[in-house]
Amino acid sequence: MSSLLQSRTPSLSFSSSLCSTPVIRPSAFFLKPRSGSRIPVVRAKIREIFMPALSSTMTEGKIVSWIKSEGDVLSKGESVVVVESDKADMDVETFYDGILAAIVVNEGETAPVGTAIGILAETEDEISEAKAKATSQSSSAPSPSAPNVEESSPAPKVDAPSPAVAAAPAPTSAPSTPGKVVATPYAKKLAKQHKVDIGKLVGTGPFGRITPEDVEKAAGITPAPKSNVAVPAASAAPAAVPPKAPASFPEIPGSTVVPFTTMQAAVSKNMVESLSVPTFRVGYPIATDALDALYEKVKPKGVTMTALLAKATAMALAQHPVVNATCKDGKSFTYNSSINIAVAVAINGGLITPVLQDADKLDLYLLSQKWKELVEKARAKQLQPNEYNSGTFTLSNLGMFGVDRFDAILPPGQGAIMAVGASKPTVIADKDGFFSVKNKMLVNVTADHRIIYGADLAAFLQTFSKIIENPESLTM
Amino acid sequence: MSLSLSSPSPITRSDCTAVANAYLCTPRSLRFCGLRREVFESKSLNSLSVSTRLVPCPRDSSFKKVCAALQSNGTPYKGGFDYDLVIIGAGVGGHGAALHAVEKGLKTAILEGDVVGGTCVNRGCVPSKALLAASGRMRELQNEHHMKSFGLQVAAAGYDRQGVADHANNLASKIRSNLTNSMKALGVDILTGTGTILGPQKLKYGKGGSGDTIITAKDIIIATGSVPLVPKGIEVDGKSVITSDHALKLEFVPEWIAIVGSGYIGLEFSDVYTALGSEVTFIEALDQLMPGFDPEIGKLAQRVLINPRKIDYHTGVFASKITPAKDGKPVIIELIDAKTKEPKGTVEVDAALIATGRAPFTQGLGLENINVQTQRGFVPVDERMRVIDANGKLVPHLFCIGDANGKMMLAHAASAQGISVVEQVSGKDHVLNHLSIPAACFTHPEISMVGLTEPQAREKAEKEGFEVSITKTSFKANTKALAENEGEGLAKLIYRPDTGEILGVHIFGLHAADLIHEASNAIAMGTHIQDIKYAVHAHPTLSEVLDELFKSAKVKVNSSSPVVHPVAV
Repeated sequence: MSSLLQSRTPSLSFSSSLCSTPVIRPSAFFLKPRSGSRIPVVRAKIREIFMPALSSTMTEGKIVSWIKSEGDVLSKGESVVVVESDKADMDVETFYDGILAAIVVNEGETAPVGTAIGILAETEDEISEAKAKATSQSSSAPSPSAPNVEESSPAPKVDAPSPAVAAAPAPTSAPSTPGKVVATPYAKKLAKQHKVDIGKLVGTGPFGRITPEDVEKAAGITPAPKSNVAVPAASAAPAAVPPKAPASFPEIPGSTVVPFTTMQAAVSKNMVESLSVPTFRVGYPIATDALDALYEKVKPKGVTMTALLAKATAMALAQHPVVNATCKDGKSFTYNSSINIAVAVAINGGLITPVLQDADKLDLYLLSQKWKELVEKARAKQLQPNEYNSGTFTLSNLGMFGVDRFDAILPPGQGAIMAVGASKPTVIADKDGFFSVKNKMLVNVTADHRIIYGADLAAFLQTFSKIIENPESLTM
Repeated sequence: MSLSLSSPSPITRSDCTAVANAYLCTPRSLRFCGLRREVFESKSLNSLSVSTRLVPCPRDSSFKKVCAALQSNGTPYKGGFDYDLVIIGAGVGGHGAALHAVEKGLKTAILEGDVVGGTCVNRGCVPSKALLAASGRMRELQNEHHMKSFGLQVAAAGYDRQGVADHANNLASKIRSNLTNSMKALGVDILTGTGTILGPQKLKYGKGGSGDTIITAKDIIIATGSVPLVPKGIEVDGKSVITSDHALKLEFVPEWIAIVGSGYIGLEFSDVYTALGSEVTFIEALDQLMPGFDPEIGKLAQRVLINPRKIDYHTGVFASKITPAKDGKPVIIELIDAKTKEPKGTVEVDAALIATGRAPFTQGLGLENINVQTQRGFVPVDERMRVIDANGKLVPHLFCIGDANGKMMLAHAASAQGISVVEQVSGKDHVLNHLSIPAACFTHPEISMVGLTEPQAREKAEKEGFEVSITKTSFKANTKALAENEGEGLAKLIYRPDTGEILGVHIFGLHAADLIHEASNAIAMGTHIQDIKYAVHAHPTLSEVLDELFKSAKVKVNSSSPVVHPVAV
């Protein structure tokens, strides 16, 4: 029996072995006890519609089409959805009366056998509850568009771009007939697909009609290049050049492919995005004997080197606000009101940047304490978004690994990032020709040259080096 | 007699008689089916000499006549008629009749007031196939996913509207000249002008007025065909509100076109227009799209041909008024509920195609001269295409075939009816089994059918008290279809499990229109499933879809007369 499984709170238990008996027509939704719920009490009659196993070899199925739409009233035995298996397309019928409250897996998408593809509510009152359930289900599924809160971008943004704006642009021309919406068939389809309220759009097509492009714009999609109408002969020549095939790398036998985790995917995306910012780098050697001495003194009080560096950076930034600024639109400076130092931390194959907010205002001890909390939260994946994406300047320190210098990639949304190398004993000749050995570290700042120029960075680094070389101010 | 037959025919009683006639010559137990007759014949011939197999069967008494007929158009039968047969209208129906008449040794003339080829060749099936061929390729090339699955890369596909239109036009002229030449070569007299029946066996033709020529003929066939039907309230301007006649010229490709009617014509044009980049809105008076198709096939077709494309639809509504685009306004279509006649709003589009069906073209035929009253324009006929007059009596020596009689408005049906009439006038009774005439819709993929739909079969079964079984097979199970990356499709067989009779076959899938003939031939020849299932199909071919269908049917009787001795060839 093919099984379009449906779970339900009361535990009517059909053994799943029933499902493996092959039968031609998928006709029934089986009841499946919802895991964890053993109370034989009907709490709400909300049932999940599961991807049925249409053949013994089927592991996943593609939704060919939903015959019913959300909100449709279903009666027992009616076809609800068409599922494509590895063998054929099958209409799948409902075993219950009810209302199709939500579609979890949309047309054209694929789901493993046994996962919920839709939610069936018994009465209208339960629709909202069912919908909420559907939302929780779809958000828990791995979906690139909805990254999990804990696993997030390593490159914090001062202001994340607001999600696609659903509102239409201000009307440019008066619509033809007020109160009437004229939308083309494809525009309507797109609106349904992207959940755009077509009634709120203003059409830009002929006679003020809503075109597919209008809907795509409202849904925040770049319209696909249209026009398949070729000008006779003219387009023939250029069109003949085939598009460059995606670079194919030689395959090395025995290699394994591991897909990105959400966090890694976010890193990848941010790194590619960073390529659109014109950056430059300025390095600076700084003597650290005084800092090292201070560190030895304050270490017993729980102060970490990260806190020291963050504090020093924040103090320098306070004197050079432009280095703490951001270029958002390529046309202006955005001066940030607070100095929030993001510190890059490697974590479980990923990367995250907890933020020390108002690092210039907090004292060294509070800062250290704050840092400890953040690291613990990061490990437990409990960082709140503002604790990793509110940075205005990033600090990356590889000194503890013995790295003497490196350069960092500027995360999108920030003006500059500082890469800190290891402090090493170095022979130094002073202006009088005397040699001495001092501890020195190399720092290297990468900055957005649209707003931060060489002289700005040089001045900032000079200030920073003075603070490090005379670190008493850090404890004040 | 007809009751005892295993293949009751649902249209008329006389159909059964026809089947009975066919069977009368052989004992029931030795009922010939197409396949086995072949086997028997070659067997007997083989025993003589292998080479004789190529010689036409000597039993055919008309053989000599055919040879003679090929050299001349015959001489008038007798009694001083100008012709044995005059056909009014040189469409596909008239052409088929004319060719067969010459073969039968009849002196034949064909009248044409417009262009040879009629609707099919000039304004119908032929040019539309050219447009569909071009747009089908366009659709394929645009389907990146499809191309990718072949490992192919195609740069942006584009088309030149005029080039596509020219292809359709060139094809029509080519087929038209082929048709003309084939009749000329056989010596059929092609007379130009419209024909009017003056009385029994007498008609005139010409451009009208006194210059008309009067001729006599032993038998007359009306084959005047049809024109697009434009319901009241619709103003066709030929530019923004058009019929299939205009659409086939493809003078422009609108961004958004409403198609009124979702039958064959509407569906095919939606396939053309969407492939060329238009968006389409269907307006259908019935409650569901694609009425007339088997519901299951219609449902699948809607899933493939409508839902994923840039098409939406209004069903259960009439277009009560359509105003062409003018004064800077779009085409405005006013809708009313098909049942309650209440207004259901308006649709504003760039163009509207009226595909609500076709109306018979029978005006000016002079039917009043022989007391024949048309019904909604159609010429009433019996099952032998004999014209019935206002008193319900047969008009002697007058026949009507094709769209003008409205029995089955398909070009090949008209031709088959014409051949059936020629058989009758040359002395052999013949009744065409319309249930064996296949029909096809040339969308991508195609839809084809023969015989009854499932609801029709169930209704008939209920009435006559037999059982109906259905078997289906998917194109996904066919190797060739998968090789073509065209696994989307379904073939459905409706049959009687008690006798193995094929009641209907419906196919939706790649090359469905070409696949249907195995089923339609089986129905025409009375071949039953238990026999045809032993026929061999080349592998891997799409025809195995039907093979699979026949083999999956569960018939309760055994092969009717198994071949005892295998025949070596």
